[in-house]
Amino acid sequence: MASTADDGDGELQFRDPEKAEQLTEELESLMDDIGEPVNVMHVCGSHEQAIAKFGLRSILPDDLTVRMGPGCPVCVTNMPEVDEAVALAEEGKIVATYGDMFRVPGTEKSLADAKDEGADVRVVYSASEAAEIAAEEPDREVIFFATGFETTAAPTAAVLTADPPENFSVLSAHKYVPPAMEIVAEMPDTDVDGFLAAGHAAVITGYGLFEDFVSEYDTPAVVGGFEPIDILFALARLLEFIRDDEAGLANAYQRCVTEDGNVPAKEAMWEVFDTTSGEWRGIAEIPDANLVISDDYAHYDARERFDIDVDAGASDPLTEDCICGDIMAGKADPDECELFGEECTPQDPVGACMVSSEGTCKIWLEYGGQPDL
Amino acid sequence: MSNSDDDRTADESSGDGYTGDDVITHAHGAGGGQMTDLIEDMAVSRFADSEADVGLAALDDGSVQPIDDDHSVVVTTDSHVVTPLFFRGGDIGRLAISGTVNDLAMMGATDPLALTSSLIIEAGTPQSTVERVTESMRETCAEAGATVTTGDTKVMGSDEIDTLAINTTGVAVVPTGGHVPDAGLSVGDKLIVSGTIGDHGISLLSEREGFDFGGGLASDVQPVNDLVRAAMDAGEVTAMKDPTRGGLATVLNEMADKAGVGIDLDEPAIPVSGPVSSAGEVLGIEPFDVACEGVVAMGVASDDAEAVLEALRDNPKGEDAAIVGEVVEEHTGQVVLDTGFGRRYLTPPEGEQLPRIC
Ligand code: SF4
Ligand code: SF4
Repeated sequence: MASTADDGDGELQFRDPEKAEQLTEELESLMDDIGEPVNVMHVCGSHEQAIAKFGLRSILPDDLTVRMGPGCPVCVTNMPEVDEAVALAEEGKIVATYGDMFRVPGTEKSLADAKDEGADVRVVYSASEAAEIAAEEPDREVIFFATGFETTAAPTAAVLTADPPENFSVLSAHKYVPPAMEIVAEMPDTDVDGFLAAGHAAVITGYGLFEDFVSEYDTPAVVGGFEPIDILFALARLLEFIRDDEAGLANAYQRCVTEDGNVPAKEAMWEVFDTTSGEWRGIAEIPDANLVISDDYAHYDARERFDIDVDAGASDPLTEDCICGDIMAGKADPDECELFGEECTPQDPVGACMVSSEGTCKIWLEYGGQPDL
Repeated sequence: MSNSDDDRTADESSGDGYTGDDVITHAHGAGGGQMTDLIEDMAVSRFADSEADVGLAALDDGSVQPIDDDHSVVVTTDSHVVTPLFFRGGDIGRLAISGTVNDLAMMGATDPLALTSSLIIEAGTPQSTVERVTESMRETCAEAGATVTTGDTKVMGSDEIDTLAINTTGVAVVPTGGHVPDAGLSVGDKLIVSGTIGDHGISLLSEREGFDFGGGLASDVQPVNDLVRAAMDAGEVTAMKDPTRGGLATVLNEMADKAGVGIDLDEPAIPVSGPVSSAGEVLGIEPFDVACEGVVAMGVASDDAEAVLEALRDNPKGEDAAIVGEVVEEHTGQVVLDTGFGRRYLTPPEGEQLPRIC
């Protein structure tokens, strides 16, 4: 887009097509050195968004495949978790959640369906906005259906440590990324040569977090930002590691990410949350990858406070054909799904990947469906 | 036949999980495939008239019906609802008049003969509100050289309608064969947009969501019949559409589809204002996917493109006009965007646009 006003230096610098061309050439020559196909996985919806939006796949070397893994917290939210939120809403409580969660199908219905049937469901932009609703409606129970990785778990924790109203509680579906990367790295048929790690999450956790992962799984990882140049640059660093057969870790997003991350935010997060094993939709039961509210904050835990009666009916038979699991495991692309763009659309999604703006299927559909041009 | 400008809040229209075949849902009004299906099933099958040069089945911005050997009458109608009624850069009255004047203009009918106005008002609405709206309609008419010649007013109960809806119809006469369809693109034509893209949609969305991006965001709602006249005087305009609901992405796909051609677009050439582009990034919404209310997208015969561009730029409403792409033989019915980095398809948005989570 031609902007008629100054975008500021930052944007110009990271949206410079000439630099992109240089980097693409660098990628080509690195791939020549490597001499065999390479599979790279990123784990962030915003990365997928940028790759699709800027048409980057059309300029990547042919045998370099970049796939999105379990990178969207909405997509990996399990159906029973949605069912819990729906059940609370149907009991007459106010359920507040992010816009992206609004239409995610549970076993039988989504929060949007519940709202259509009269439930009080509110879309909010932050945990603190949900707490504000609780302050405004002291006579009602307000539950924040909390989803997201470290980037949103930390703000949820901050709200709980700041003495929110008594009638406020959290139904946590927060997830923690590193264990999911381990699971994917361990999957026999996934064969990922390197990870492009999510810059947003690393702002909180710090890139140092990935050190153990890299050495344990002998797979290189590079933390990357979200501008087109950021992504190409990070891919080049990753290919260097792959060429040198080195399980290295690099931070290619230095303007935002440090080794330790945001220490106070991390502290708040680990004060409020414990990790537990849980099912990631379509992928697997992953140890230590779900964030549950710790005992100290149990009075704000919706699961402790209410006896949630999940009475979900039968799930949509179409979900049997949904290949979200394979997509998030890096084994398939959305256009390999028979339902893609036909029975499954953002208006009428079958799987979660088609709902969230971070979901691979939704992103592919939004930016044209067939990335090979 | 044109789409109504359903500009209500995401919240009101968000409960549109498609629940079955029996009832109309918000999805039917969102301008996508379900809406087209509805129109085809309910209206086209019943009313399509083969006598017309452009009839209902063409689903163009208006109809064109010959009345004698030399003259054809162009008719268009549109209903308008918008939240809030008064927004940065305009109001529902200006929107209603501009929308209809522009729909006529998109058919090549730049001199509206008569407009009608039908107001449906919620009981309890302050008189001053209605007065402000009708005064704005009068001013916009003056700007467009149009007149409201007949109208109707209904008052409904407070749970039957939300504040105010306006229906406007427009009539004009063009020389027979002198209209511009939206299906007229041919290979080699250049594509021109007459101004910055996305201003109306992004501005309204951020206003409704309560985001303050500082000054600089305002709707572009305005009549553009004078602009279209200047373009048509300067060269051969082969097809035209104004990117209202569904934005530039939707109308270009429609134009490519109807003409059986492909479109190649050069993203860096497409004018988008700085504030719209930044607000769009923050909200996670593409300016190409949202409504413009004072902009034209047109196909122009390649040899005339520079002359038309110059004519547009001579008018203050067209000062940001730009050649943004061309019509090609490849990828029939689809629009390919060169982002400056790589290439991808530009597809019509599905459903209403919701700001993202993070
Ligand atoms: S939560 Fe943040 S880091 Fe995670 S997928 Fe979304 S944008 Fe990426
Ligand atoms: S297209 Fe729909 S059904 Fe297929 S994998 Fe994606 S979300 Fe699942």
